[in-house]
Amino acid sequence: MSLSIKNLSKKFDNSEKSTLNSIDLEIKDGEFICIVGASGCGKTTLLNLIAGLETPTTGEILLDGNKVTKPGADRTVMFQEHGLYPWLNVVDNVKFPLKLAKMPKEEQEKRAEHYLKMVGLIEYKDYPIHQISGGMRQRTALARALAMDSKILLMDEPFSALDKQTSNQLRAELQKIWIETHKTILFITHSVEESVYLSDRVVVLSPKTGSITDIVDINIPRPREVYSPEFVELRHKILDKVKGENTL
Amino acid sequence: MSMIIFLVCLILAWQGFYYVGVDLLGLCKSYSVPSPMGVGERLIELCQDGSIFVAIGNSFLRGLIGFGIAVLIGIVVGLLINHFKFLNKNLKPIILGIQTLPSVCWVPFSILWFGLSTEAILFVVVMGAAFSISISVDNAINNIQPIYKKAALTMGATKKQMYLHIVFPAALPELIAGLKQGWSFAWRALMAGEVMTTSIGLGQTLIMGRDLGDIDQVMLVMIIIVLMGILIDKCVFSTIEKRILKKRGLA
Repeated sequence: MSLSIKNLSKKFDNSEKSTLNSIDLEIKDGEFICIVGASGCGKTTLLNLIAGLETPTTGEILLDGNKVTKPGADRTVMFQEHGLYPWLNVVDNVKFPLKLAKMPKEEQEKRAEHYLKMVGLIEYKDYPIHQISGGMRQRTALARALAMDSKILLMDEPFSALDKQTSNQLRAELQKIWIETHKTILFITHSVEESVYLSDRVVVLSPKTGSITDIVDINIPRPREVYSPEFVELRHKILDKVKGENTL
Repeated sequence: MSMIIFLVCLILAWQGFYYVGVDLLGLCKSYSVPSPMGVGERLIELCQDGSIFVAIGNSFLRGLIGFGIAVLIGIVVGLLINHFKFLNKNLKPIILGIQTLPSVCWVPFSILWFGLSTEAILFVVVMGAAFSISISVDNAINNIQPIYKKAALTMGATKKQMYLHIVFPAALPELIAGLKQGWSFAWRALMAGEVMTTSIGLGQTLIMGRDLGDIDQVMLVMIIIVLMGILIDKCVFSTIEKRILKKRGLA
């Protein structure tokens, strides 16, 4: 898998300046990339463009050499609001994309159970969505996204609607899962701490220009600790960049 | 329980007013005001000769057939005006307008086209209900949370899958509410249609009561029409609605 973003810009009809401005980015197979930036910097727009939910004004996105023109199962998205279907229970939600892909029934069952075990929800597989907590819903959404085994997993602030404790717990689990699976992940967040904790590279977007201001490599070995000196140092470094961009 | 007590009081009050107003003071003529006793007597008579059951059965069957056709047409038209922007912009306002037409307005057309027949009644029923159903179908689909569709797109759903696995289940609760409203329109239209023809049914029983100057029979049929409406609403639509909402944790 390789994803390359070339000279990508996006300007919405109703705004005067471009939301995104000549973005160039290469994402390698098995890489965990975080995009950070103050709100309004176009993080979500970038993710929507990669997902194919929006079309770029100029430039292009190539997935394994093929131009992205519309949404597809090879680039699944995990949203801030879980996007689960209330008429299906937990396991049927996880199986849903597999059903769309017309996978054999036993294979669907096997995969769903495998990933529900991974996110620690196997005992809740028959629960209706409205009976599980917000954190469990996001776990279900994560299991669903993982079960699809898409080329790249796009995550749009998936833990930001949760309380601090639950969100910390979930990102620790995501780190564990990533160590196990080495999935290619593009993760959007406004939390610098989260980005340093999770990713191999942190991409800083500027709300002023809508372009990439910096890309910082995070070479701290996993599993990471938020209180280690090198972590704190990197966090401060990136925080300064984000702050510098934020003061208009 | 409190409902039953209330109804009993209401009937007693009715009988009381009738006794004072008609029997005692003669303020109104007995042929223009029904009494509970009179209505009860008519009920027993019509039950004994079985004609009321035939009327109810006929009306109900017509209502069901007409409603069925209206649902089919309503869903197809609803899907079309929802799917095609052109139709949504141009046809939907017209349908919204037609929907405000009382169903009696279709009676002249139905008689000219179908004569005094069952088909004529069905035509009025279909016209009375189909448009309201198509508007509810359109609304139900428009009110689906955008994230459901967005998520499905990124999971690779085709257009057909989108309708089958997302749009239909997501719109279902509102769809049922729309059908429920459609049924009440159909039932009203049915009466409008039945009073004009001579085929046996509740509407015709009502008109017969008028022609014979039998105000008790008119009242009896009116009560039966109301009870039938409540029965279908509670037993069919509300039951389905509750079950769906409960399953989704919305009730």
